[in-house]
Amino acid sequence: MTDSLLVVDDLSVTFPGRTAVTQAVRNASFTLGRERLGVVGESGSGKTTMGRALLGLLPRTASVTAKTMSYDGTNLLACTERDWQRLRGRRMSMVMQDPKYSLNPVKTVGTQIGETALLHLRTDRRDAQMRTLRMLEAVQIRDPELVYGLYPHQLSGGMGQRVMIAMMLIAEPDLLIADEPTSALDVTVQNEVLRILDDLVRDRGMGLIMISHNLTMVSSFCDRVLIMYAGRIVEEIAARDLKNAKHPYTRALVAATPSLDEHRAELATVTRDPEWLK
Amino acid sequence: MTDTLGHWLMSEAPTSRRQAVLGNLYRAVRSIVTNPTALIGLVIVALLVLMGAFAPWLSMGNSPLTQDLAGRLAPPTDKHWFGTDELGRDILARTLYGSRATLSIVALVSVIVVPIGLAVGTVAGYLGGWVDAILMRITDIFLAFPRLILALAFAAALGPGIENAVIAISLTSWPAYARIARSETMTIAHSDFIQSVVLQGASTWRILFRHIVPLCLSSVIVRLTLDMAGIILTAAGLGFLGLGAQPPTPEWGAMVSSGRDVILDQWWVATIPGLAIFIVSLGFNLLGDGLRDVFDPKSNDR
Amino acid sequence: MITVRDLSVVFHVGGREVRAVDGVSFEVGTGETFGIVGESGSGKSTILRAIAGLVPSKSETLEVDGQPAARRRSRDDRRKLQFVFQDPYASLHPRKTVDDILREPLIIHREPNIDERVRAAIADVGLSPLHRFRYPHQLSGGQRQRVAIARALILRPPILLLDEPTSALDVSVQAEILNLLAKLRQSYSLTSILVSHDLAVVAHLCDRIAIMQRGQLVEIIGAGDLRSGKVSANYTGKLIAASRGFSRASA
Repeated sequence: MTDSLLVVDDLSVTFPGRTAVTQAVRNASFTLGRERLGVVGESGSGKTTMGRALLGLLPRTASVTAKTMSYDGTNLLACTERDWQRLRGRRMSMVMQDPKYSLNPVKTVGTQIGETALLHLRTDRRDAQMRTLRMLEAVQIRDPELVYGLYPHQLSGGMGQRVMIAMMLIAEPDLLIADEPTSALDVTVQNEVLRILDDLVRDRGMGLIMISHNLTMVSSFCDRVLIMYAGRIVEEIAARDLKNAKHPYTRALVAATPSLDEHRAELATVTRDPEWLK
Repeated sequence: MTDTLGHWLMSEAPTSRRQAVLGNLYRAVRSIVTNPTALIGLVIVALLVLMGAFAPWLSMGNSPLTQDLAGRLAPPTDKHWFGTDELGRDILARTLYGSRATLSIVALVSVIVVPIGLAVGTVAGYLGGWVDAILMRITDIFLAFPRLILALAFAAALGPGIENAVIAISLTSWPAYARIARSETMTIAHSDFIQSVVLQGASTWRILFRHIVPLCLSSVIVRLTLDMAGIILTAAGLGFLGLGAQPPTPEWGAMVSSGRDVILDQWWVATIPGLAIFIVSLGFNLLGDGLRDVFDPKSNDR
Repeated sequence: MITVRDLSVVFHVGGREVRAVDGVSFEVGTGETFGIVGESGSGKSTILRAIAGLVPSKSETLEVDGQPAARRRSRDDRRKLQFVFQDPYASLHPRKTVDDILREPLIIHREPNIDERVRAAIADVGLSPLHRFRYPHQLSGGQRQRVAIARALILRPPILLLDEPTSALDVSVQAEILNLLAKLRQSYSLTSILVSHDLAVVAHLCDRIAIMQRGQLVEIIGAGDLRSGKVSANYTGKLIAASRGFSRASA
């Protein structure tokens, strides 16, 4: 974790509304090196909005402001659409929740991944095809040639997600943002996909931001965790220290999650302190 | 005072069923009134109703039936704002009174077509199987009849008149509503909230009438409003052919027909009622478009 | 209270036969909370729907409260068994207020004192009277699920079936609903079957748990054994390990 890939200082995102503005993200600050950073929050916490802000994927009506938002020296706040197109896929990439909605249903797996490679790597078709097959192997797909010719609707959930990962990583980005990548998957498949992500991140020295509502998964997979509430980052803590969290919301979240290890007669509930909104 | 009424209606925590239902109604009316297309349509339709209701007063003392053969085919003047027709009758009065024929056709057709369509459609969509197959084939048969030809056949068999025109139009219109109701029903028949009422032991009748029909209503209303223009035009067409309201009752289609021969020199005789038909059809179209936007915001092109 | 022997549910999808549930047998005693856990396609929800009579099924025995469960349930049969669905956004009629929704079962069964019972039901599930005349779109996910639970319990059925009742809810809301369910099963003396893909949730609320895989029953174990990992089947072990979170060691 020597140099920071991503530096975010005082990031705020607001959306205009019919009666008032919605502050989706408030004064968020953090850095990301070549590590696994988890962002945990419930619905409305702003975690997805923050992820999309980092990739310039918010609608134009959203107002994104920050003191600093830079990736490897590039000021993301000043990016034009062309700048974003050069960054996305090639340097920064995103894996989303449900591959069903992110993969083009009328193109085969191989074509889609190959296209991404062609777009970003300035290479020829044959090379793109080879890279695609190698990438499919890297995500532990047993029969890459077969899957190359399949359409998205022919893939199971876990396979679809692996194809997504392959597509997002083929251009060899340094930063990957994963937004609920395993929420739609069965728990046994979940861990397989996480293992693949883990290996890839390690082998390529990537930075990974894992956005999720699943505290158990994030705390076991990530190195550091950011807890978000109502648009703010209320705590930044090492994953293994979660049990000793300081912020009451984090502690409440940990206490409210049922666990296999201990039996509690009653789960702690989160009493929302309006202080947390400040 | 109106401010507090507004707050009461828009309250997020209604304290009685009346407040909740009125609040919902208020919200619906507000969304219709703030949609420009719907508002214009609504105004036109409202004017139509007012015309029919207040025809005697709006006619400036002229009767639609009094003939004045000496003053026939007179151009618009102070006495007769829209001139007179071939029998010297005041066109303004006849146009105003003619709206009643239009209104009665619109009202009667709606009252017949919506319940039949909903009944057939929801039963077919919910029960499925052979009930669905039989009902849909019956629907197909009725769909195959061309409206005007069927009306002519009715007139030939039973004699001309508004009632037979209404029957003919209704018989050929209800299938569309049955189809809409059926497709809406099929979408929600297996939803959890319907399954839950099944689990509570509700009878099929109760499920259809109290749970499914309310959800089909908005699509049916939109379709009805959009259909109105076509129904009015068909009624006018029947009138034009002499099959609608019989003389001397004023009816726009019949008025256009009788003004046919003199249209080049005395344009007002045919044009005024024609304009009335046009504006009212347009009004219903706009209202229907607006209602569709209001009920299904996803169909907006914003 | 509930006896199931050799239950099978077969769906015909596009010409193929899919055995969603294949020869499953178990018993649920009075007052027990029985859990059914499995991944997607395991058939866990289908079993619940078969017991409720929502899907056709074949079985050697299917008994509810000592009586064989007929394919066509009578209105009286419906009083014995109620259901809470997974999606709080789809299980309430969008055009009916909370009051309408709660009155419906009472009206269907011609119960007296409707007003009083609706008020009591709302209070029982932790909602305020302010919620009584709201429409579903004016309620949060947790509040809707409370309404669904109130609706299920208003006729005081002895049996409650819950299909992933908290899967669509945030963790903090889930905790509230699970606590509510724990409290209600006491006060209403319920026999319940809880279906979930989340092992921790099921272990929290249930006494005995059935593990399902691809339509077949793998094994039935007690909650304590589940926690300590004392299981006989391989699959169960894998499921437990996976539920504990990600582990680099098993790579």
